[in-house]
Amino acid sequence: MSELFDTVWGWGEFVWSFQIVQIVLGIVALMVPLMLCVAYLTFAERKIIGYMQVRIGPNRVGFFGYKLWGLGQPIADAVKLMFKEIIIPTKANKFLFLMAPVISLATALAAWAVIPLNDFLGIADEVNAGLLFVLAITSLGVYGVIIAGWSSNSKYAFLGAMRSSAQIVAYEIAMGFALVGVLIAAGSLNLREIVEAQQGNLGFLDWFWLPLLPLFVVYFISGVAETNRAPFDVAEGESEIVAGFHVDYSGMAFAVFFLAEYANMILIAALTAIMFAGGWYTPFPAAMVPDGIFGLLIGSGIHWFVIKTAFFLIFFLWFRATFPRYRYDQIMRLGWKVFIPITIVWLLVVAVMVLANVGPWFD
Amino acid sequence: MIEQISFYVFAGLLIFAASMVITMRNPVHSALFLVMAFFNAAALWLLLEAEFLAITLVLVYVGAVMVLFLFVIMMLDIDVARLRDGFARYLPIAAVVAVIMAIEMILVVGPEHFGLAQFAEPARHASDYSNTKELGNLLYTVYLYPFEIAAAILLVAIVAAIALTMRRRDGTRHQKIEEQIAVKAPDRVRVVKMASESNEAGE
Amino acid sequence: MINSMKSVFKSLFLTELLKGMSVTGRYYFRKKFTLFYPEEKTPQSGRFRGLHAQRRYPNGEERCIACKLCEAVCPALAITIESEQREDGSRRTTRYDIDLFKCIYCGFCEEACPVDAIVETRHLEYHFENRGENVMTKEKLLRNGELYEDQIATDRARDAAYR
Repeated sequence: MSELFDTVWGWGEFVWSFQIVQIVLGIVALMVPLMLCVAYLTFAERKIIGYMQVRIGPNRVGFFGYKLWGLGQPIADAVKLMFKEIIIPTKANKFLFLMAPVISLATALAAWAVIPLNDFLGIADEVNAGLLFVLAITSLGVYGVIIAGWSSNSKYAFLGAMRSSAQIVAYEIAMGFALVGVLIAAGSLNLREIVEAQQGNLGFLDWFWLPLLPLFVVYFISGVAETNRAPFDVAEGESEIVAGFHVDYSGMAFAVFFLAEYANMILIAALTAIMFAGGWYTPFPAAMVPDGIFGLLIGSGIHWFVIKTAFFLIFFLWFRATFPRYRYDQIMRLGWKVFIPITIVWLLVVAVMVLANVGPWFD
Repeated sequence: MIEQISFYVFAGLLIFAASMVITMRNPVHSALFLVMAFFNAAALWLLLEAEFLAITLVLVYVGAVMVLFLFVIMMLDIDVARLRDGFARYLPIAAVVAVIMAIEMILVVGPEHFGLAQFAEPARHASDYSNTKELGNLLYTVYLYPFEIAAAILLVAIVAAIALTMRRRDGTRHQKIEEQIAVKAPDRVRVVKMASESNEAGE
Repeated sequence: MINSMKSVFKSLFLTELLKGMSVTGRYYFRKKFTLFYPEEKTPQSGRFRGLHAQRRYPNGEERCIACKLCEAVCPALAITIESEQREDGSRRTTRYDIDLFKCIYCGFCEEACPVDAIVETRHLEYHFENRGENVMTKEKLLRNGELYEDQIATDRARDAAYR
């Protein structure tokens, strides 16, 4: 028995010794929970928006005959979409048509490579230019939308793609400037070092959201715009252009777009948590954290990162339940004429604060 | 070994994509191949430990410039046949120019000027070496003036482009969103108090 | 001056947006009105216009006299009637079809009928599984009438005062 165990263990060690195996396993270990989160984010969205509209949302599909408040809904949806036909419109560019959702999802997931989950977990979190990488990868997400809109060979889809490309270019700049503020404050492009720069004894007052408040607001709203979520969802605009860039998609190709959208939401929420809300650090002052198991619960750890991400995600849903869609020219005005000036002004303020070693943040 | 394989793969893809850019009939396909070329160039720069340049290439060119390019190309109805009209007529002179340029490039960047014989093999840096930091240090100390001047020139170019293309026409109506947002109920609605009219007096 | 300061403050701190969000936030905790449909149902009026039926007189004779008023009044042209003389000399329908895909459930046929033959029942949960089942034939209508006669009669009796 122990011989068998030893051979299996030996094989295991041999396989583990390849770096690529470790990397792939790491990616799987991050992607599987992430995909589950995406699935249940769609469920949470339907529930929360339902509750805000005095409905109760999906509550029927459960497991093994138990309804469980409808927890089986996302699984049922996924199975349904998997078995539906992917209809490719005539005169559509077949290759690009099928590539577009893949590009969307790939860019939404690739950015997770440099995200540190806590003080040691992460796939490639030692990358020096992590922040730049995230910015570059998230800016690529628009290609999925543009290519989908163009290759569908449909007017509605094309209009959605055009709106999306103009919108994302505008908000990318505001987002980039907001991140420059974080960069100045933290003095590093590495996401882990950015989080570590927010450590302190005061708990949540030590995080960057306070000194960078305008940038924080601008970044989060730009994030909503980047993910094409309400109230910036002109690329989809159900009431105007049917479903925008993905009118002609069906089945799994459509589902992949949805996965990408929700994965992007989680990414933006996680980035906001990392850059403005202290990542995995506890919001309680150091003096309040006791020893023992209770201290583990209250003290810094990956659970705080998850809680903060979920907190910001709820805002995405809350916005959608509250605000009507922006008119297109108002979106452009907000991006170019409001956000960019605000970020530029606050960059100067941040630079002065850093030079003057202000407060608990920059001393 | 892996480095060399990946270099040749990326270089091959780069050349393939670049040649597709100029041979594709559909301008949108050309633009997408240009995106692919940028990606492969970025990968080559990553192999050279220039991660800042590589990521900036993706961020600026792929993420912003090519998006605008695609935006314009998709909006325009480009007639490829007309663009290729004078192909045969201009071929000889174009070929001469191309040959001259190729010879010049070989003279300038030929193997006798570059290569391990001329330069010492670049040292591999440790994994905590930050190309970004080095670049920042150089840009804001040694090359501060050229950098700032380049920035000023770009700004002038932007302002000039806007000044040249923006034409203010009189009599156009456009919305002033600031005013629309600032509107309050009393600006639009006036509640007038009226005495109730009696029926007997009128009828 | 104070007013403009106020509006600057308002737009800078997004107070309007926060106000809106507080409204939806409050509604999140409101009591929900949702009914769990197959188990719970909303109360129904006696005048509900659902699936059609043809009634009979208590002695078993069908009421319809093939006057074709319903066919004439039907705005959706959903009713098709053919009639012939029966052996006893009375005029009766040989065909009475209502296409439920065309029907808009306006209830005009019911109002037009001089003998209260065609009625709309309160039955609303029905479906078709095959092509052609959407056409309610005379047999089906009469069967519906037999099935729901009690309810139809009480509803008509209760409503008679207002007709």
